[in-house]
Amino acid sequence: MATVAEILVETLALSGLANEGGDVKIALFVPCYVDAFFPEVAIATLQLLERLGHEVVVPPQQTCCGQPMANSGDQAASAATEAHFVDTFKSYDLIVGPSGSCVHHVRLHLDACEQTPEAAHVRKSIRELIEFLHEDIKSLPPIDFKHKVGLHNGCTALRGLGHARPSERVHEPDFSKARDLLTHVGGLEIIQSDRVDECCGFGGSFCVTDEAVSSKMGQDRVADFERNGAEYIASADNSCLMHMKGIIDREKRPLKIVHIAQILNGGPFA
Amino acid sequence: MNPQQIARTTILNAVRKALPTQKIDLPAVPVEQKHLGATGGFGYRGNLSSLEKIEGAPQPGESLTPYFERQLARMGGRSLTINTAAEIPDKVRELFPAARRICSVIPEMSDAKPLSQATSSRSLADVDVAVVRSHLGVAEAGAVWLTDLDLIVPALGVLTQHLVVLLDPKDIVPTLHEAYGGIIPFDKYPYGVFMAGPSATGDIEGVIIHGAQGARTLTVFLLAT
Amino acid sequence: MNLFNVLTDRPVDPESAAAKFIADTKHEETHDRLVWGMRMHRDEAARQIPGWEELRELASQIKEHTLTHLDQYLEQFEQNAIAHGVHVHWALDAAEHNDIVLSIFQKHNVKRVIKSKSMLQEECGMAAALETQGIEVRESDLGERIQQLAHERPSHIVVPAIHQLRTDVAALFAKNLATDEQNSDPHYLTEAMRNDARPALLHADAGMTGANFAIAETGGIVICTNEGNADIGVTVPDLQVCSIGIEKLVPRSADLGVMLRLLSRSALGTPMTQYTTHLHRPRPGTRIHFILVDNKRSDRLASPDFWHALKCIRCGACMNTCPVYRRSGGLSYQATYSGPIGVILDPGFDHTKYRELPYHSTLCGSCSEVCPVRIDIADQIYKWRRVIADEGLLPLAKRAGMAVMGETLSHTEAFHGAEAVAIKAIEQLPGVVFNNPLNPWTKHRDMPNPPKQTFHQWYQKNRGSE
Repeated sequence: MATVAEILVETLALSGLANEGGDVKIALFVPCYVDAFFPEVAIATLQLLERLGHEVVVPPQQTCCGQPMANSGDQAASAATEAHFVDTFKSYDLIVGPSGSCVHHVRLHLDACEQTPEAAHVRKSIRELIEFLHEDIKSLPPIDFKHKVGLHNGCTALRGLGHARPSERVHEPDFSKARDLLTHVGGLEIIQSDRVDECCGFGGSFCVTDEAVSSKMGQDRVADFERNGAEYIASADNSCLMHMKGIIDREKRPLKIVHIAQILNGGPFA
Repeated sequence: MNPQQIARTTILNAVRKALPTQKIDLPAVPVEQKHLGATGGFGYRGNLSSLEKIEGAPQPGESLTPYFERQLARMGGRSLTINTAAEIPDKVRELFPAARRICSVIPEMSDAKPLSQATSSRSLADVDVAVVRSHLGVAEAGAVWLTDLDLIVPALGVLTQHLVVLLDPKDIVPTLHEAYGGIIPFDKYPYGVFMAGPSATGDIEGVIIHGAQGARTLTVFLLAT
Repeated sequence: MNLFNVLTDRPVDPESAAAKFIADTKHEETHDRLVWGMRMHRDEAARQIPGWEELRELASQIKEHTLTHLDQYLEQFEQNAIAHGVHVHWALDAAEHNDIVLSIFQKHNVKRVIKSKSMLQEECGMAAALETQGIEVRESDLGERIQQLAHERPSHIVVPAIHQLRTDVAALFAKNLATDEQNSDPHYLTEAMRNDARPALLHADAGMTGANFAIAETGGIVICTNEGNADIGVTVPDLQVCSIGIEKLVPRSADLGVMLRLLSRSALGTPMTQYTTHLHRPRPGTRIHFILVDNKRSDRLASPDFWHALKCIRCGACMNTCPVYRRSGGLSYQATYSGPIGVILDPGFDHTKYRELPYHSTLCGSCSEVCPVRIDIADQIYKWRRVIADEGLLPLAKRAGMAVMGETLSHTEAFHGAEAVAIKAIEQLPGVVFNNPLNPWTKHRDMPNPPKQTFHQWYQKNRGSE
């Protein structure tokens, strides 16, 4: 398996693509749970990429990246889904998806299927929406979102994709790609949480197999944002948001969730 | 072969068979330490052991003593500067007026009941204050190094209720790298200990309490010779 | 007397144990706050060391070098220790270790033993084994002693009783040390333990310790404590027995400068443990026994995926940062080692029994970032899941579920069909059906709102050509 460093080097080599505007066709990867439960996030992503001048196609046969099975350790159950993913996206030079954990899976863990040249191509051609937008941050369309927003980085986006400086690396200069993007939004105030990158407890199937721990982590994360005055919790990972929304709704808290693509595109919000 | 030899052979064979194929080189620990002799402490170089980037730590050429004292205080110990050896007995009695048994093993403070290597450890159970000398302090941890030579009976350092350690500021090195970099012949001492402050525990709800099992207080007397 | 050493083959159930711990709000919240506090102290301590990352890398290389040349260093260590008059023993497994200890004690007519903290002796179930032979084993570390009196295993590598409230300790001490049950002041309780322990420490026939490091070059060991309890154990009785895992070797004393600068800063955020004790030779009239223990360490060394876990220096930083550990408490792991390091060490002893542990994690990755010897703990957790699944040890429900999901998600039409079923179900069935306690999601969370249409339906409608 390639190391994180190797993958990041390859990713950097690819980073010129963002600036080429409509020259490169983008295949939009819509994670399965986004397709089913959060279509507005996919619509926002699509519209945003188009507003930035990209030609975006949505490969119709797409389903899932295989992460749910692979994260359970079940490579056999994951293999066909991963192969289907490779088959779906192999003919595109650039794949963009609005989900840190799914992109992380494809880039670093998609090895249950046969490691063909097509698989290698797909794995290195996939970009998470935030990192893709960050490369050409100046061309983001002006937009307002006049709210106090707490930023939640999904753990795989944070530590696996390098979206921000993990809090453990005390000597590295602080940075956050998502925060940079949100800084471009008019009227948006970023709210700090006390435990800046504490996991929300979603964790894939962990959220049901380890229900008590998962819920407690989610409750604590939501409470942290609320205590610090956030109106919205924003993230590049809607799976974390789905989990926290479940808690917010159950506890009838005043917070709302929003995907960063929705903020940057000015909606749709539902 | 007896069962012990069988176990030894079995383990070593298993380890040899298991050794990862990729061999990792032993890195040099990039610290050069050299004793500068009678005139001035330990020299140090190398990025890792440099203190200069640490907030509040001494710059090259500056005295390590204030930093040592601060770090010692952080660990729950305290330090006092002593001007002459003659002050030591009075200072000890001033600090520990209630002490019934004070046990000194340093020539600067004579003792009515001097210890020898033959003294039993258990006979030290009633020592209130022990006075010893350390020949090495480590600034970054506020630690002092004590061996059986310094303690005469090693249990003295932990059975005493209060410990007073005499230290010459020129014997302070910046970091543990220097301390482990060749100045101590570790294997010559049956027992040796770095003490960084007194005995401490945080085992009940993280509340830091000194004097869990070993000495309740540790006081370093800094005396330049 | 140690109930948890009565081994059963039943797989551990960390999820249910964690749920119980969380239900007890005061314990969980205090535990989370205290353990997170240690992580914060670690951050501050690391910030103070300009070469922190360089140190971690060095420590990792030193350990990897040692492990890839372990046979040589073991022999060198043994040779030097013997030359100093130390008795060196080798134990293949826990049973052999305990037998060696017992035979030493029987030879010297030892009845009362004081021991400082040793995870290896814990791993071997040593105290229980000795007690069945009429040897009284007393823990000298406060936290370990609390756990011994509570008949529980340590819940944390560094602070074994961190899951207990001061009121728990007050009740425990009232029962065992005749203290005032109403007085839960930690100062009072610690003082009570000090006074209770002193006579036992003074009159023990033998002292036992583990070893944080064993130095090949000098043939001696290093023991780190904050209480000085190991120092009492190695300086008062005339007989010492030290259990040393074979992975504890470092080549040179200079390596300790690296290791010790990292150890306590990673653990508690202090520059060093209060006592860093070096034991190299018996004093005149005393005896020292070193027992080098394998207990499956050589098996792990042989595993290309998992040998890096042997680098662990037992600082507990991974536990302190782990959001799952902090909510669950260490006892929920029902194993010698808890927290992220436990998740990757315990299955190495018995992957059937500990098959649930790799799932008691969100794979957030913070453990890998704080590890002072750079073990990629999260990656090893992920890899253990593969081992569990490959061996057919996934719970039946999970296994069947994965197969169905795999089948569904690898076919576009099947996926769209499943989506429609799920959305319709949430839409049409009354809330009680979904928001009921049998659905784990809805115990503390509401279901997502059903969308009017999926994205691919929207796309087909608005962009036509699907």
